[in-house]
Amino acid sequence: MSDAVITQEPARSAAVQSRAKVVARDVNVHYGDKHALQQVAIDVPEKAVTAFIGPSGCGKSTFLRCINRMNDTIPICRVTGHIEVDGRDIYDPEIDVVQLRARVGMVFQKPNPFPKSIYENVAYGPRLHGLASTKAELDAVVEDALRRASLWNEVNDRLDQPGTGLSGGQQQRLCIARAIAVNPEIILMDEPCSALDPIATARIEELIDELIENFTIIIVTHSMQQAARVSQRTAFFHMGRLVEEGPTEQIFSNPKDRRTQDYITGRFG
Amino acid sequence: MTLLYFLIMALLTAGAFVAARRRAVAVAGGHQAALHSRPNHHGYLAAFAVLLPMLAIFSFGMPFVERAAKSAAFATMPAEITADVLKRAVATRDIENFATGKFAGEAPRAVKEAAAALTSTRENGRATVFGLGLLTAAAGFLLVRGRITLAFRARNRFEAVVRIILIACAAIAVLTTIGIVFSVLFETFRFFFDPSLKGRPTVSEFLFGTEWNPQAAMRADQGDIRTAFGFLPLLTGTLLITLIAMLVAGPLGLFSAIYLAEYAGPRVRGAAKPVLEILAGIPTVVLGFFAALTVAPLVRAAGERMGLDVASESALAAGLVMGMMIIPFISSLADDVINAVPQSLRDGAYALGSTKSETIRRVVLPAALPGIVSAFMLAVSRAVGETMIVVMAAGLAAKLSFNPLDAVTTITVQIKTILVGDQEFDSAKTLAAFALGFVLFFVTLVLNVIALQIVRRYREQYD
Repeated sequence: MSDAVITQEPARSAAVQSRAKVVARDVNVHYGDKHALQQVAIDVPEKAVTAFIGPSGCGKSTFLRCINRMNDTIPICRVTGHIEVDGRDIYDPEIDVVQLRARVGMVFQKPNPFPKSIYENVAYGPRLHGLASTKAELDAVVEDALRRASLWNEVNDRLDQPGTGLSGGQQQRLCIARAIAVNPEIILMDEPCSALDPIATARIEELIDELIENFTIIIVTHSMQQAARVSQRTAFFHMGRLVEEGPTEQIFSNPKDRRTQDYITGRFG
Repeated sequence: MTLLYFLIMALLTAGAFVAARRRAVAVAGGHQAALHSRPNHHGYLAAFAVLLPMLAIFSFGMPFVERAAKSAAFATMPAEITADVLKRAVATRDIENFATGKFAGEAPRAVKEAAAALTSTRENGRATVFGLGLLTAAAGFLLVRGRITLAFRARNRFEAVVRIILIACAAIAVLTTIGIVFSVLFETFRFFFDPSLKGRPTVSEFLFGTEWNPQAAMRADQGDIRTAFGFLPLLTGTLLITLIAMLVAGPLGLFSAIYLAEYAGPRVRGAAKPVLEILAGIPTVVLGFFAALTVAPLVRAAGERMGLDVASESALAAGLVMGMMIIPFISSLADDVINAVPQSLRDGAYALGSTKSETIRRVVLPAALPGIVSAFMLAVSRAVGETMIVVMAAGLAAKLSFNPLDAVTTITVQIKTILVGDQEFDSAKTLAAFALGFVLFFVTLVLNVIALQIVRRYREQYD
């Protein structure tokens, strides 16, 4: 497996040197009494894919949801510490969480298209944020988002049909198109392929490769092969802590921490 | 006698269960797993083998005994009495009274003889039923007991019995409904087409007439009262009050459901839900006098202050209180469907930068729409069928009016008015109630069907 990892294109590795888009320091998350995330610190580079890996319940999804403050919707969840996007503290009371989420889009584990038409699904965000003032502009935004999510060719003749009628993989690409349509800077993906078959998964992974031209992507995944295939940097979480973080090749070929090594060699998890 | 029968039946049933269970355990001889069915299944099967035949013997035997007793009694009477319907009824009462010792004064000899025949036949008959019951119980038990072996499939037979009992229960509910529909339908048909009925309207007079006055002259000297069965004023009255009620209950019920489902914390929710349920539990007669004695005067006073002419009983007062009645209905159904919208849809909307109210308005409510619409439809059919509040607060005047400040009347109120007091079932007035009932039934049925269709059509939208 690690052979595949080492052959990551060097061009991508160079991109890793770009500036940090998300900076987190001393992040702690409590669910009621449970200390779910402890002292996490990480720099996420711009226009690259960062993968969060680790066994179930290790806190990787929890941390992902801190970056667009989705944890705010869970009443018993408490987040402390410091997370910056483009140098601005997103937990600053001055920050409008609605605007933050427009800049930091999210794709979920299970495809969750709205029970509306394909067109309406994609047009939802642009309408909400006033990104198009005429019908023609909106049409253009929708088409662009669907093209960038490589779904346009499959659905352009049935935009008025319900998004829930698509196949699982198409639904997930629709959700990606829906996120892209708002023109975010960061896209968070929470195990986006775990409900999909291998072919649909491959298409999503191809798509992720294309998307890093324009977006910073953070992907949580259970599949180490997927992390190795799509990411330039990988962070390994274990028991609520960030154990190790670095270039993907290095994490998979030469991990510094014993626990990382055990996990990627399949000794636990 | 009857009590004794049921007591014995209960004892035998319990006894059969215990005995059959023991027998099964004994047959297994310490290897219970060797039995095809658990000992309890054998027990249940034996219990049913006792209970069901005893019940059947009783419920078919007793009416048969009564008929036999009566014909035995009449056999002693002269034919001239038994041939005449009225005399026969009088004689039946006398014989029955004498037999039970309630006859006042000295009874004629014929009555005494008939009563003796009645009593003896009845007692013999009941003793026979009793004996037959015990016999079938014993037969049923022995039949099951004799078949208890390791391989006997008591479990499967017990399942079959359960299935039959459940089918019977469902059939009773369905047949009752069908029976009601047909009885209403039949009388309605008579109302329109029975040639012996005086003053009956044609179907189009009924459906499109604008005047409702079901009173008819009983005797010639009461003069010429114009009878009219125009149903439109009742329909408009019903629709007007329903509309007012829905204008009150629709927004209030829906918004309170949204608050409870999406905004309220668990503590508020825990307190508010039971209170709403109490509101749903207030008997409508209580709401009715609240409407008549409190709300109607308030509406009238408020109207007068604004220089409006308000009747002392008004559609507005009745509609407002009926709206209060329906609020918990809508809010609790809508609360359920809103809660059923998957959290993933809300997450998706929030992640795109929707505020809470945008999420609710653009994602949650559209997803819950079919359920909400059907809640509204069911609420409407309740409002249309509601009687007590309208009887007390809306008045009796059948007036073709859309003014909410007028007194109006509804279909249900007229049915109640027509059927209160002494009735003769060959008059158009009484039968009009059945026609109204049929229309009411039809209206609510159509509303329910529409609601069901809407739900079915949109149900597959999410997940």
